[in-house]
Amino acid sequence: MKLCRVEGTVVGAVHHKVYDGQKLMIVTPVDGGDSFLAVDRVQAGVGDTVLVNQEGNGTRQLLKMGQQVPIRSLIVGIVDEVHRDE
Amino acid sequence: MYLGRVIGTVVAERKYEGLEGKKLLVVEPLDHRGKATREPEVAVDTVQAGRGDLVWLVASREAALALEPWFVPVDAAIVGIVDEVDAKK
Repeated sequence: MKLCRVEGTVVGAVHHKVYDGQKLMIVTPVDGGDSFLAVDRVQAGVGDTVLVNQEGNGTRQLLKMGQQVPIRSLIVGIVDEVHRDE
Repeated sequence: MYLGRVIGTVVAERKYEGLEGKKLLVVEPLDHRGKATREPEVAVDTVQAGRGDLVWLVASREAALALEPWFVPVDAAIVGIVDEVDAKK
């Protein structure tokens, strides 16, 4: 999983049916790298540090929408604190 | 998933089974500020996107899951057309 910061949201009325009602967020890895999109299931907000699962099989198990789910990145936690040795 | 801009179309008459009739588009992957993140790629379209549209895509195995039938050899699929990006530039 990746530590990311929530930058904003993306909205699009025309989409694959599995994106119906999903909240799509823009996230940027805190350690650098380009922003990407993730579906939010933990009610994250802009500015939050979050944990993003970037792997389809775990995402399918968590979403419980069957096997044919073209969603790969999922916000699975809101991070309160990170300690690391510099 | 990631954002991208549709910059072209691809015509391939002879395709692997399961890909017949699927629309292929050239997409430039972008970050939320509109900066290209890597070289353009070919993606299969599932939402009737057109040239110039800002879209979002899903890559790798999940791209194949966007199609019907779903066990097909694709590694990028357009799964939404973006109406609005709400983020600090």
